[in-house]
Amino acid sequence: MSSSTEAYEQAFGALRASGGTGWLPALRREAMDRFSALGFPTTRNEDWHFTSVTPIAEKVFKIAPTRTGPATLSPADITALVIGDPDWHRLVFVNGRFEASLSAFAGLPAEVRVTTLAEALKESPEFVAEHLGKLASGEGQTFTAFNTAFAQDGVVIHVPGGEVVEAPVHIVHIADSHAAGVGIHPRLLVVVEPLAQITIVESYACAGPMSGGYLTNAVAEIEIGNGARVDHYKIQRESTDAFHVGTTQVRQGRDSMYHSFSYAAGAAISRTNVYTQLAGENAEARLNGLYLIDGAQHADHQTFVEHLAPACASRELYKGILDGGSHGVFNGKVYVDPIAQKTDGKQTNHALLLSDHARIDTKPQLEIFADDVKCTHGATVGRLDEGALFYMKSRGLGAENARALLTYAFAAEVLETIEVDALREGLEALAFARFTQSELR
Amino acid sequence: MSSSIESLVNKEYQYGFVTDVESDTIAPGLTEDTVRLISSKKDEPEWLLEWRLKAFRRWQAMTEPHWSNLKYEPIDYQAQRYYSAPKSITPLQSLDQVDPELLRAYDKLGISLSEQKHLAGVAVDAIFDSVSVGTTMKAELSKYGVVFCSFTEAVHNHPELIKKYLGSVVPYSDNFFAALNSAVFSDGSFCYVPKGVRCPIELSTYFRINAANTGQFERTLIVADEGAYVSYLEGCTAPKRDTHQLHAAVVELVALDNATVKYSTVQNWYAGDKDGVGGIYNFVTKRGKAHTNSKISWTQVETGSAITWKYPSVILQGDNSTGEFYSVAVVNNMQQADTGTKMIHIGKNTKSTIISKGISAGKGQNSYRGRVKMLPKASGSRNYTQCDSMLIGNQCGAHTFPYIEVANNSSTTEHEASTSKIGEDQIFYCKQRGLSAEHAISLIVSGFCREVFKELPMEFALEAQQLLGITLEGSVG
Repeated sequence: MSSSTEAYEQAFGALRASGGTGWLPALRREAMDRFSALGFPTTRNEDWHFTSVTPIAEKVFKIAPTRTGPATLSPADITALVIGDPDWHRLVFVNGRFEASLSAFAGLPAEVRVTTLAEALKESPEFVAEHLGKLASGEGQTFTAFNTAFAQDGVVIHVPGGEVVEAPVHIVHIADSHAAGVGIHPRLLVVVEPLAQITIVESYACAGPMSGGYLTNAVAEIEIGNGARVDHYKIQRESTDAFHVGTTQVRQGRDSMYHSFSYAAGAAISRTNVYTQLAGENAEARLNGLYLIDGAQHADHQTFVEHLAPACASRELYKGILDGGSHGVFNGKVYVDPIAQKTDGKQTNHALLLSDHARIDTKPQLEIFADDVKCTHGATVGRLDEGALFYMKSRGLGAENARALLTYAFAAEVLETIEVDALREGLEALAFARFTQSELR
Repeated sequence: MSSSIESLVNKEYQYGFVTDVESDTIAPGLTEDTVRLISSKKDEPEWLLEWRLKAFRRWQAMTEPHWSNLKYEPIDYQAQRYYSAPKSITPLQSLDQVDPELLRAYDKLGISLSEQKHLAGVAVDAIFDSVSVGTTMKAELSKYGVVFCSFTEAVHNHPELIKKYLGSVVPYSDNFFAALNSAVFSDGSFCYVPKGVRCPIELSTYFRINAANTGQFERTLIVADEGAYVSYLEGCTAPKRDTHQLHAAVVELVALDNATVKYSTVQNWYAGDKDGVGGIYNFVTKRGKAHTNSKISWTQVETGSAITWKYPSVILQGDNSTGEFYSVAVVNNMQQADTGTKMIHIGKNTKSTIISKGISAGKGQNSYRGRVKMLPKASGSRNYTQCDSMLIGNQCGAHTFPYIEVANNSSTTEHEASTSKIGEDQIFYCKQRGLSAEHAISLIVSGFCREVFKELPMEFALEAQQLLGITLEGSVG
């Protein structure tokens, strides 16, 4: 056991001292043991081959403090910090603690339950016990076990059969100046019953100047019933000296649809895991992502699509734009079970290197055990196409403008897959401003 | 599966016969004394023994790698025999003195060693278990200054070349199997093509495992001096036996400035029966070092072996150098293959092409594992990778594990992979055009592999196509 896991063991003891008995303390205890036993992954671990978490492992992140004074942020501040519509159902967490005064989600249909994890544990512990930690068991996953052991709060969403939630549910995580040196472990549990639909937006942002890094280690578990649909957007814009690890574990029923979009532009080191199991016939998964990194940033994305039933489809498009001395990693794995005949899988991954010092490591993987399948993957790495640049210059655009426009266009292809207008427009404006130093009109 | 096709599944492995020759085989086990014994049997100079011993000590400190996608019973390295040679062979003999029984064995394999029959223009070095039986066309080659002989002979006649290049591409410490090979390697081929010479004929080595419970650990070294060209072919077979035999080879290629080395393999080691009994465990390290403006091209057709672990690679060290890898890997029954390549781009404007075709049938598991690495200084480099898999039947598997690592922005890499199946409708279409089911499969498969076959020298291409037909017979019905 390393010194940091020992320190975490002590912190766990202090935090959960009054835990008592029951399923939850047992779940946490098991997770803590798993976390201690696994330790932080090293680059010898194949799943972390290109990402060193040493900067995370050598620190001991403190438990997030409870706010004592009055709230320093107003709802208007939150709107300014995140992309999206203020009229959405909004749940705001500051440094991992729920802020009721900044949140507004009263307008939901009566049958749909959206609560904090703390509330849900009081109101319907049986429901939470039935689902929490089931999909994201933390087996072999240090950070998931770490989250289960230390999660203070989170969100529980339950959409009963046939209910369609129109406006997105926006879960906002803000780190403010009190977050320095703190470990935040947000948890999200979503259960969508057959034929129901919901859109969830998770935003991670920081407020004000930071005096040191913090760790966000988020875990989401999403169960999608037969014929149901979940659109899941994750917008990660953490402070550039923060660390972000986010794991989403999904299980899909027959004819269901999971659409995930990941945007990663923040954090010194970020790791985004999106794992989905296509467990019922004819289910579909669409996993898209865009990462924009610069300086010494490191962004790692890992996707794992398990085709466990016949006739499922998966579509994946991830793009990265790397500048400065940044380092990008993409590892996309598609597994096709022997019974998953008629699988249709497609994975695409493109990286654009704007600087000669940027570095990308990609590993698209296929593991296929069924014969009647159509699976492809494609990966490219390179800089802007000289031919396209020349064409634009021949049309009278200056070299700088041509570059900016092509870079923006590269990002726009994946931004176009966003189906929530406010989000797409917001991110397009952000990308446009970043690459053209001007505003999108 | 139709009965006529089914009967073909059980078709005998054509090369599964055993040649009855009296052998000088050493006791099983591997210690420093084994290494000394092999070295003394080959009457080797002291420096080579020292090198072997260093490799052996290194090997002892290493553990067998298990990162591959292969499942096999643990190998007992102490139960293997590390040297076996027909008694009738004396080192450095000429072909006229070779035991007729051995010559008959090669005739039976379709490789005639009698010189006059070599109108096709191929020089052959025939390796039988741990030793070379003989090398043909030597006189013809020496006119051009081309050295082509067994490794043992080269150690005696060209020690300066061996000293300079042995381990220069694959150091003895490279990996577990390379270290093992460095310690106990028995024979292999050596080739040196002098400056500016275009080797006029194809060179080839035919590897044959005959003795039971004996591993084959050959080592091949090919050096093309500045501006030289050489094309080299390698073929391999082994008898049918119901125990697994170990084969751990090392191949080193050196292409100096402006040189070209083309290396083609048709690997047809005994693959074991349909239940996975017997067959060769093939753990091979193949690597080439390409200097400025040079080119190294690997072409492989892997149809045999119970286990294949093989990654022919190119270190693109010199500016403007080129690396190529063309591969067809077929697994049927219980065969498993984990094969691919590594292209390490170090020099500027270096280019690499990877075309890999994997065919899985029966319960076979086929993995492509490749690494394309562009170092920060390899500006303006280019890689194109295409790996396609074909699945025949629903009990086999196809896997791809490509690693793409790029550390500069003037290089471009492209990677594509696809998986498809050989369809009933494709076969039906061929059948209604008058082709038999076997012909239809053969046609579809050769179309799938065409890009690779066209890289093979002609005689080999024909052989490879026939081999594929045999390996896959009965896999669709």
